[in-house]
Amino acid sequence: MKTSATSSPILEVRDLYKTYRLPRRQELKAVDGVSFSVMPGEVLGVVGESGCGKSSLGRCLLRLAPATSGQIVFERGDITHLPERTLRPLRQRMQMVFQDSYASLNPRRRIGDLLAEPLKVHPDAKGRKRSSAEITTRLHELMELVSLPITALARYPHEFSGGQRQRINIARALALSPRLIIADEPVSALDVSVQAQIINLFADLQKQLGLTYIFVAHDLAVVRQISNRVAVMYLGRIVEIGDTDSVLHTPAHPYTAALTAAIPRPVTGLARPVPLQGDVPSPINRPSGCRFHTRCPYVQTRCKQEDPALHAIHPNGHEVACHFPL
Amino acid sequence: MPANMSSQALLDVRDLRVSFPARGQMIPIVDGVSFTLNHQEILGLVGESGSGKSVTALALMGLIDAAGVQVTGSVRFQGQELIGMPQKKLRYLRGKEIAMIFQDPMTAFTPVYTIGWQIDEQIRAHERVSRKQARTRTVKLLGDMGVPDPERTANRYPHQLSGGLRQRAMIAMALSCNPSLLIADEPTTALDVTVQAQILELIRSLRDTHHSSVLLITHDMGVVAETCDNTMVLYSGRVAEYGPTPALFASPSHPYTAGLLASIPPLDGPRPLRLPAIAGSPPLPQNRPAGCAFSPRCQYAHTACTIALPPYVQTGADHFAACVLPQEGKPLPPRLSDATAQEHFQP
Repeated sequence: MKTSATSSPILEVRDLYKTYRLPRRQELKAVDGVSFSVMPGEVLGVVGESGCGKSSLGRCLLRLAPATSGQIVFERGDITHLPERTLRPLRQRMQMVFQDSYASLNPRRRIGDLLAEPLKVHPDAKGRKRSSAEITTRLHELMELVSLPITALARYPHEFSGGQRQRINIARALALSPRLIIADEPVSALDVSVQAQIINLFADLQKQLGLTYIFVAHDLAVVRQISNRVAVMYLGRIVEIGDTDSVLHTPAHPYTAALTAAIPRPVTGLARPVPLQGDVPSPINRPSGCRFHTRCPYVQTRCKQEDPALHAIHPNGHEVACHFPL
Repeated sequence: MPANMSSQALLDVRDLRVSFPARGQMIPIVDGVSFTLNHQEILGLVGESGSGKSVTALALMGLIDAAGVQVTGSVRFQGQELIGMPQKKLRYLRGKEIAMIFQDPMTAFTPVYTIGWQIDEQIRAHERVSRKQARTRTVKLLGDMGVPDPERTANRYPHQLSGGLRQRAMIAMALSCNPSLLIADEPTTALDVTVQAQILELIRSLRDTHHSSVLLITHDMGVVAETCDNTMVLYSGRVAEYGPTPALFASPSHPYTAGLLASIPPLDGPRPLRLPAIAGSPPLPQNRPAGCAFSPRCQYAHTACTIALPPYVQTGADHFAACVLPQEGKPLPPRLSDATAQEHFQP
């Protein structure tokens, strides 16, 4: 979706770091200098393999984990160091959906109670407490938005299938009409046939309510289906970002190219690409220079010494962190 | 193995049923599964969670010992009947002739011994060799599986290895006695795609260099398309479709297979506005509807589907589907022609 040039980003991240301290003075740089911005109504997909920092990034953005340094600007206000009290009203405008639909719901409470909770905690737009009639109306609206029957409100989480539970989680995230939703692997625990339903639901709600998503996932095909822009992460850093089609069809970073090639297609008779060798290095001892140089088929001397910065390679905003883009 | 056995199937499963007791009833989790697996063949067993694919594998290995479970039907391995075989005899086959690898290599290894110790033990349990001879074989196996510096790696503990290396070590352990059948239950699901590609290549090479047969259990249709010679699709404990992988992917005969393939978001070619999802979710085994278990979700369902179990009919060379449509003269349209398949891969 194109946004007008005059509007300002809904979220801006500048040089974000998240470092975890480990025993023996070791450090794990989960997020290692990440900058990007998201415009209102945009869907930014964040992809990468396990340990690349994509979940840590999502949690830092919502202040579920404190950032070590850097800046997070949400709707023009810096929220990086806001005290919890000041942050609380802002939380209505940014919500999260997690991977484990069952762990996200209290098994001992009915769906109606779970969904009413945020409506009771937060006052409405005019600063008033919501009446129980208002809450009931809203609950009915939410059920309709996620295509669940009203009767679901009186039932418990274990009575639903994985796909239905993820609908409930989405309904809860929508309860306070947020502008930004960060979804961390929201469909990866679901079976393919159900996964497609939930991806469609995310897409429908985005259009219907004009939402902005940051959609974190390891599955490139899922991310491609839902995103306008894609950021590819490797060992804590964005190595490539841009328009979805540009990044996935004409990847400029050798890692993006290897990642897209490695995914098995549900079609037979295709030539198999040469797989990338080795494993992702440990984020505790990440390689010098370009962090991908240990596995890169095109590695040169410069790559081992100099860490490449993200730079634009196309006027459409396609950026890559590579000395020798493809 | 005697030469005259090569024409016979390695594994012949007939009408396998596995029922678990629940609330005074027997619930058939696997409900009449039949198939054969030939020498040097990779057979893909696909299905969604709860479709019975892992229970099928465990039943083949004689590994279901929960109280009150009923396993009926016939499983012939190299001509011997496994169902009802005494545990002692089965135990000899397991590890030596039939080996299994699991999704999570961390729980398959014990954390308190080194990788090498555990593989040595497996070899010494089945063959009379010295510790030294066993270790020499372990190191060679690890090397064959692409483990760098196998001598040192053999002396490391499971937690000291990466996920990809642990999976290689587990495959090495499974292959230590040269089994004729390897059952791999979601062997790459816990791995990253770039590492998955390496392990799939290794599994294909097992067929070609070790002449092993592999039963590959997965939920990922992409993995099946890349790896398996034949594919069997399970739905709610029953076989929905079986066929040579290229034929099954090019023209699926069962609406479930077709729906499953259509609902995968494509990586190449144009992006659909909406994904063609299958409505609803699979039935619980205790609430399986009468007739075809897929009928409540099937866009082609009609009266015939809800009365009796659908016939298992042939729809092509060695290609079968449990569906009434082919018999009614209304087969599904092909999914992809060769030309579109190529186009999809090279946008």
